[in-house]
Amino acid sequence: MDSTIASILLLDGLTNGAVYALLGLATVLVFTVTRIIFIPQGEFVAYGALTLAIFQTGKVPGTVWLLLLLASVAAVMELFSRWQHHRSLPIALKAALKTLAAPVAVSLLAIWAAPQQWPLLAQAAMSVAIVTVYGPLVYRVAYQSLESATPLVLLIVSVGVHFALTGLGLLFFGAEGFRNPSFWDDRFNLGPVAISGQTIIIGLTAIALIVLLWLYFERTLRGKALRATAVNRTGARLMGISTHASGQLTLTMAAFIGALSGLLIGPTTTVFYDSGFLIGLKGFVAAVAAGLSSYPGALIAAAFVGVIEAFGSFWASAFKEVIVFTLILPVLLVRSIYGHNADEEH
Amino acid sequence: MALKPQSLGLLVLAAAVPLVAVLPLPDFWITQLNYIGMYAMTALGLVLLTGVGGLTSFGQAAFVGIGAYTTAWLTLNLGVSPWITLFIGMVLTAASALVVGVITLRMSGHYLPLATIAWGLSLYYLMGNLDALGKYDGLLGIQSLSIGNFDIGQGRAFFVLTWFILLAFAAALLHLLDSRAGRAIRAIKSGPQMAEAMGISTFRYKVTIFVLAALSASVAGWLLAHFQRTVNPSAFGLKMGIEYLFMSVVGGVNYVWGAFVGAGLIKLMDDQLQVLLPRLIGTSGSYEVIVFGVMLVLVLKYLPDGLWSMVEKKLPRRPRAVDWQQAAPLPERNKPALGELVLDVDRIRKQFGGLTAVNDISFQIRAGQIVGLIGPNGAGKSTTFNLITGVLSLTSGTVSYRGRRVSGLPARAIAREGVSRTFQHVKMIPDMTVLENVALGAHTRGHKGVAAAMIRTNSDEERRLFREAQRQLERIGMGEYLHEQAGNLAMGPQRLMEIARALCADPALLLLDEPAAGLRHKEKQALAGVLRQLRDEGMSILLVEHDMDLVMQVCDHLVVMEFGTLLTQGTPEQIQQDPKVRAAYLGTEH
Repeated sequence: MDSTIASILLLDGLTNGAVYALLGLATVLVFTVTRIIFIPQGEFVAYGALTLAIFQTGKVPGTVWLLLLLASVAAVMELFSRWQHHRSLPIALKAALKTLAAPVAVSLLAIWAAPQQWPLLAQAAMSVAIVTVYGPLVYRVAYQSLESATPLVLLIVSVGVHFALTGLGLLFFGAEGFRNPSFWDDRFNLGPVAISGQTIIIGLTAIALIVLLWLYFERTLRGKALRATAVNRTGARLMGISTHASGQLTLTMAAFIGALSGLLIGPTTTVFYDSGFLIGLKGFVAAVAAGLSSYPGALIAAAFVGVIEAFGSFWASAFKEVIVFTLILPVLLVRSIYGHNADEEH
Repeated sequence: MALKPQSLGLLVLAAAVPLVAVLPLPDFWITQLNYIGMYAMTALGLVLLTGVGGLTSFGQAAFVGIGAYTTAWLTLNLGVSPWITLFIGMVLTAASALVVGVITLRMSGHYLPLATIAWGLSLYYLMGNLDALGKYDGLLGIQSLSIGNFDIGQGRAFFVLTWFILLAFAAALLHLLDSRAGRAIRAIKSGPQMAEAMGISTFRYKVTIFVLAALSASVAGWLLAHFQRTVNPSAFGLKMGIEYLFMSVVGGVNYVWGAFVGAGLIKLMDDQLQVLLPRLIGTSGSYEVIVFGVMLVLVLKYLPDGLWSMVEKKLPRRPRAVDWQQAAPLPERNKPALGELVLDVDRIRKQFGGLTAVNDISFQIRAGQIVGLIGPNGAGKSTTFNLITGVLSLTSGTVSYRGRRVSGLPARAIAREGVSRTFQHVKMIPDMTVLENVALGAHTRGHKGVAAAMIRTNSDEERRLFREAQRQLERIGMGEYLHEQAGNLAMGPQRLMEIARALCADPALLLLDEPAAGLRHKEKQALAGVLRQLRDEGMSILLVEHDMDLVMQVCDHLVVMEFGTLLTQGTPEQIQQDPKVRAAYLGTEH
């Protein structure tokens, strides 16, 4: 291997690493606020990429129908639980309509816009919007009533949600894979390495999103409320912070990050309905390496995962997944030796 | 001795197996039962690991894979007999489970499932890419199992083999759960603190049950390889690992029979859905995962204890037959002579960052003395307590017990020396009886481990442990509660039960953390009586308590703390007269 190949691999790894970093951040975010180990993060990636791909063909993406279905289920659940609580039909109906509003609006827009072949960026924005509204609905339907369950139960629920979303992905997108067009086709030569526009977009988006997240958590009241929920749920509730709202907001952000990652990675690889899982899990490996608690830690670990994967696929391409996923064992070993011994109370 | 319902169920099933084999059932159903048997075996491991131990693994399928590939490769390439490869597979499985377990089980609970996800994935890709293992096509033409020239690898003969192994494992598991080791395993789930205070190494038991669960999967893999006569990676991927967890959760992850119910239900549903759904939808594909995913969420929401819990509720609960009256008493440690120095706390200090929670506290306890540790809220009493028992580490200073330095030792080692404790918030296993909870206290006085429990060579020791537990319960006046579920007790009896559990360890020093909190007046009087009686028997006691009546009544010596420092110490009379103490509790006049 000469330095040219090495630098190409390094760039390749860092590009993928940037996407893994976003997914790792989302995983850390969801875990710290809700204690949910959010396995289905990857499904949002696939949904995002595939929704754009279907828009490109001028059809209404299956995610729209699934969204309407999910929103109806959530609305019925909301109607029922409010009715049980207040015994007042207007309140219950209002809550149900509130649940339906955003998904229906986004869906109608998508159904209307799909045949009109909007420019790529507009379609991309619409794809992100569709997948983002999945976030609070998934939380409402699967997690909300189990908020006080142990992390272990929530993890098993996550697995169930992952199963369901993967299967539904197959149902609504089919088994066919898609590769999205690049957002920026120009290439720039930087010494021996050619940097594509897409790489620059990935890098810039990742950095922008990380800065935004940081600003949100440091500078806004809502962000601080989420951090409070992360530290102490009961305490946050006593301060008037709703854990339902926090959970829904967190999953909204996770879905947004997932969809965006899907758009970023869509032009670099063929995405199938079940591709998200592996991509998400790599972000996951990074998050776990960072102890599911540190944002900068997840960022560095994700870059590392990306680079290892790039070099792994050069030297032993068949075994690159083996290398990436086995990597977690030594990382955990180091953590268990140097980390403080978690003497947790259940 | 009357049979317990569990054992009776096993016997009935064991008798039914050969019967089913000779019945004119269609071969299709025998094949189904064979698969259900192998799946149930793997799911049983999860009952032990997840239901009883509170740990979760998605890696069961990977361990099935190790068992299957080991026997496949060895029988095909080296011509080794399957009866030998079974054990080689188990050794390999145990080794890899040990590595994963040792690495992840020191950390908090969710690292094991995460590590097993990664581990399951990498093993899947490894199997799928190694030339020697036939890549994604797998290995074909594996021999059927046989004894001599008699083929037992298919159909009815295989059914009998699989189900006898399965029932033997279920029996072993039932025995294990009702034993010294089993009680220790059941203690893990509610957090390590109580178990460690009973002298139990929670880490060792966690690794043990993880390895045991992996071994059950490995045996199932061995059976699977020789039954299907072919192995390929898809049966051992993460999806299958999740399905095993699904089986045990749906069936009832807390119950041995839940694994049977879950495995049966999921196998049958899987078959039906794989045919039905593609026909409904119009294209082929594994749509059954949608149903499984939704079902998993629904089960966790509405039936978190699984299907078997509904059956279990209907089953009669019979109290344990008392058969330990004649058992030999457990050996006792030699006790310090009256007045001998038992605990020497020398300038201990604990800092949390910039906060000094305990500031150079010193005091002593002599044999046959009750020392009260008092002070206003936030004075650092509980921290002091945790420093002595080894739950927290000292910043500086030393704690010596009977002349031996114990500071720096882990909590369980201090417990083994003969220092027993109770907890401010009662820590017990609510679904075990009072007697079983108390027997947990005698853990360090027994020696029979997991293997002995599984093959039932521990009954003599079990009887001795129960005899001791009953003796201690009667000692503190709880004799009529033996067979009550601990979770049903009121606060007062719960606290007394904790004291009995601590006494079961045969301690020379008893540390009681607010034993009177939440007790009624009568119960407090009874507690005072118990404490005085223990002292008269030569026990040394350190009492952290807010109830001044009780403290003044029973203590020989008081240590008063305020803001982490030692305010004063002396007899109850001296303390009552001390203006500094009054100021600390009531404030000063200005």
